Amino acid sequence: MFGKLTLESIPYNEPIIMVTYSFIILIMLSVFGVIFYLKRWQYLWSEWITSVDHKKIAVMYILLAFIMLFRGFTDAIMMRVQQVLASSGNVGFLPPHHYDQIFTAHGVIMIFFVAMPLVIGFMNLVLPLQIGARDVAFPFLNNLSFWLTASAAILINVSLGIGEFAQTGWLAYPPLSEIQYSPGVGVDYWIWSLQLSGIGTTLTAINFLVTVIKMRAPGMTMFKMPVFTWTSLCTNVLILVSFPVLTLTLFLLTLDRYFDFHFFTNDFGGNTMMYVNLIWIWGHPEVYILVLPVFGIFSEIVATFSKKSLFGYNSLIWATIVITILSFIVWLHHFFTMGAGANVNAFFGITTMIISVPTGVKIFNWLFTMYQGRIYMHSSMLWTIGFLITFSVGGMTGVLLSLPAADFVLHNSLFLVAHFHNVIIGGVVFGCFAGLTYWFPKLFGFILDEMWGKRAFWFWVIGFFVAFMPLYILGFMGMTRRLSQNIDPEYHSMLVIAACGSVLIGIGILCQIIQLYVSIKNSRQNIDVTGDPWDGRTLEWSTASPPPVYNFANIPIVKSKDEFWRMKTLQQENILQSCIYSKIFMPKNTGFGFFISFFSLLFSFSAVWHIWWLLLFSLLSIIYLFILKSFKKNDHYIMSIKQIKKIEKNNKTREMHVK
Amino acid sequence: MISNNTINKIDNKFLHVEKNSKTIFGFWLYLVSDCIIFATMFAVYFVMMHSISNGPTGKEIFQLSVVLIETILLLLTAIFSGLTNIAVYKKNLRCVILSLLINFILGLGFVSLELLEFYHLIIEGYSPNRNGFLSAFFTLIGMHGIHIIFGMLWIIVIIFQTLKFGVTEMIAIRIKCLNLFWHFLDIIWMCIFTFIYLIGVL
Amino acid sequence: MKKKYFFKILLLIGIVLSLSACQSSLFNPQGHIAIEQRLLILISFFMMLMIVIPVILMTIVFSIKYSFSNKNAKYSPNWDHSKKIEMFIWIIPIFIISCLAVLSWKATYKLEPSRALHSFIKPIKIDVIALDWKWLFIYPDYNIATINQVVFPINTPIVFRITSNSVMNSFFIPSLGSQIYAMAGMEKKLHLIGNVSGSYKGFSANYSGSGFSNMKFRAIVKINNTAFNKWITIVKRSNHSLNTMKMFYYIAQPYHKYDIEYFSSVHNNLFKKVIKRFKNN
Repeated sequence: MFGKLTLESIPYNEPIIMVTYSFIILIMLSVFGVIFYLKRWQYLWSEWITSVDHKKIAVMYILLAFIMLFRGFTDAIMMRVQQVLASSGNVGFLPPHHYDQIFTAHGVIMIFFVAMPLVIGFMNLVLPLQIGARDVAFPFLNNLSFWLTASAAILINVSLGIGEFAQTGWLAYPPLSEIQYSPGVGVDYWIWSLQLSGIGTTLTAINFLVTVIKMRAPGMTMFKMPVFTWTSLCTNVLILVSFPVLTLTLFLLTLDRYFDFHFFTNDFGGNTMMYVNLIWIWGHPEVYILVLPVFGIFSEIVATFSKKSLFGYNSLIWATIVITILSFIVWLHHFFTMGAGANVNAFFGITTMIISVPTGVKIFNWLFTMYQGRIYMHSSMLWTIGFLITFSVGGMTGVLLSLPAADFVLHNSLFLVAHFHNVIIGGVVFGCFAGLTYWFPKLFGFILDEMWGKRAFWFWVIGFFVAFMPLYILGFMGMTRRLSQNIDPEYHSMLVIAACGSVLIGIGILCQIIQLYVSIKNSRQNIDVTGDPWDGRTLEWSTASPPPVYNFANIPIVKSKDEFWRMKTLQQENILQSCIYSKIFMPKNTGFGFFISFFSLLFSFSAVWHIWWLLLFSLLSIIYLFILKSFKKNDHYIMSIKQIKKIEKNNKTREMHVK
Repeated sequence: MISNNTINKIDNKFLHVEKNSKTIFGFWLYLVSDCIIFATMFAVYFVMMHSISNGPTGKEIFQLSVVLIETILLLLTAIFSGLTNIAVYKKNLRCVILSLLINFILGLGFVSLELLEFYHLIIEGYSPNRNGFLSAFFTLIGMHGIHIIFGMLWIIVIIFQTLKFGVTEMIAIRIKCLNLFWHFLDIIWMCIFTFIYLIGVL
Repeated sequence: MKKKYFFKILLLIGIVLSLSACQSSLFNPQGHIAIEQRLLILISFFMMLMIVIPVILMTIVFSIKYSFSNKNAKYSPNWDHSKKIEMFIWIIPIFIISCLAVLSWKATYKLEPSRALHSFIKPIKIDVIALDWKWLFIYPDYNIATINQVVFPINTPIVFRITSNSVMNSFFIPSLGSQIYAMAGMEKKLHLIGNVSGSYKGFSANYSGSGFSNMKFRAIVKINNTAFNKWITIVKRSNHSLNTMKMFYYIAQPYHKYDIEYFSSVHNNLFKKVIKRFKNN
């Protein structure tokens, strides 16, 4: 009746998991209780869950990312503590089968449920505003993509309390991930949460590509687009071309595990090396998907806070395009040690090295934007400077690893772990925090507290160096990754320093929580009235904070790049200031995305536990919902000129009040 | 001074006329992603083609006669897709429904033949659990077959929608996307026919 | 004043870290391959520093010099293009990367694991099978086998043939050089040499399951051939033997921790048989 699912699937005899899970359930119940008490279910449903507004969806993505950051970070602290204990003669508090789930979950959560939602959240928020559009091309798909990602996140959290998670590492290499060596449900949870979020992400890519190509404001040619839009465009091309490979690879592994196929098994003609190739053909573009939007964020911030136009716009764009193309021909550097031979290794080593050139060019472009500028040390700018220094170190170690002969002694060591954390934290995480501080006023209408923001930065950046520089040393000392027991005592001192570093990062996160609390408390004193708190250069700053649901009452006509800056400096009359409006067609909210995702979650859960009747039922429900939605005709509503006038007047009076 | 007219024109441009090209362009992008899934599956097949362990080779199991009929069926769907497009342009409800129905039947014939082929192979012991080559073969052909089944489902839904709403602009765009989908599946089949069956037997 | 303190502490930490690095396996290579790899790492590290140090310096200098509060600094709000600077920032990295590329290409061929080492001394063949979660070493020419301990004489090239009986592992002795993946149904060749006598740690460098942390072995380089031959006779005196496939399957069962074990005789062609297991069926 319930497939493989029994009451024994709940890990009663694992106190750590039981306590954690009870805690999570308690928090969930309290949140639901508060919503009930305040009678806000209706509000939540109609304003947020069913919303197709790209700005609201962005908030939900970023919220999801921060919630999952807690779990991912807790995993990290647990690993650091276990390694400190295991290298001093203790058994520690995490037996291998638990530790191995933690490092797998840590990787999956941080990449798929923290970094990706953050990046997609920012693209959601900023992209339509920067190109002068009212929303993305397919608002319903946008909503669906978010809920699919959220369902995947829920699935991975269910795995904590019901069953187990994969014990294979975040990429689940076969044959370890095959049914023979991983007979439990862990790998199945892994497969389905990645499939769900992967489909959501691919739909997002289609959405954004059509948006950028088809919905730019009149006059905005490609080379007048802001840099963030360009990097988002390249990112979405990467997603569109690489995620299908992940979808297929996961599908093939599913066939192996469920139906005894032989794609990646050890025997009967399976080819485990093929999996490694396929997964990294996706995996390498994936890391560029994470980092390119962040390069865009930094470009915007550097120009705004140096009060100077971005240096070398054209070469920045071409560098981005080159990185996009090159990212498809470097994947083998993730497994030089698989023994492909000198010819193949040398080729991929060279291509990997070549990619560092356009990246370096971008860094120099940002530096020369700062040169002879007037730099205002806002916390966003601090994050940028932290990025420039940290990412350069990370890039350097990357080039070091790109030499196959050097990689032979550094592969899978803590040197590698330090390198990728270096570029992901120094690049993606710092960029997202910078972007958050930068665009927060646009989203919510008030500015984040600067003091706590600066404190968070210092704890993060110092904590990062204290946590990861020892890992570089440990890599040189020969320590490999994913160890949890009987660790050589000579590694102990470095591991202790690393653990201290992670505590510092934890304090940094605490500062960010306090920052949010203080900012909300003082929100009335920090209202962003003009919509342009940083004297920005691009079109999103021409709207009110937060923008009205239709973004622009009149679509602007663009004459150059940095159009908003041009308008401000030349004081030219622009259509934006015109008081003549016309009706606007806006997409209606819809609950279909939520329900389709709910049944997708049910489908995945029943697939994990082999509950075949539920699987069929969920699949049919999903198809039925899609068909039902396609029969719905009136999915737009009209904003009348009267309504628009009222909103615009409100926003203008706010501006005038404070002046 | 910017006139009322200009503002109206700009807004209209962005909302009504653009919707068609957005949907079609978006569908093309979806086809790109689907194409990459198939391309990767082809690559997997070529890698695994020789992993026969102790099982059969392609030559032993491919029946070219059946494959020929399947190919003809799919080529016919291409013709009837074209006819559907013309019928939509002429707003001829009857012809639209008829040509869609014929495509459905052709698709049904194709899927039935494939299922029969799979059934016979499995009965003889050549199931996908036998070796890597058969896993890849069944998966590649099966993936294509599942896409055809989805296409058939889509035809049924569109037939009902056309009956309900008539040949409106929205229906026209959807039929256009549907026909793009069928043509795409045709092309994939051409590649399967050539690179898997023909080259496997020769 | 505060800044000076800050940089002093930073320097101290840097020194402590570097000193620790100096004791590391990778910077104390005991074999020819590892020596070459250390040199490669150091050279490329210093070449990369030529870009990274200017970048870090520029970041710090620019943010201080052109800060808002410094009203004396030149302010060029619309200067955003310079062909000269563009040329430099493309050409200098291209140049450094080209030098590194040549270095990489040469080193990749020179240090390719399957490439035999030039030596007048006859190489010793050792077959390696990764099991769950231990390492089996077979000496086909001596008809002995060991678990979790591999011994060979100094300055003798070793030809490792490596495979796995289950999941993917990676055979790695950091002090001696390269690692290479151990995969079922496949044979990978690795050439190493020990130029200093001693006992070095070895382990699997690819996660392979719950016993992974304990998948450690010792690589002992004997001071001369006599010592090595003495060790062979000790092994031959063991009353365990690995003569049958049945015995092999017995020791291949998953154990979380396995001690060192010696086998006085080995089943003929055991290594090839283990690979073939996954080919047929």
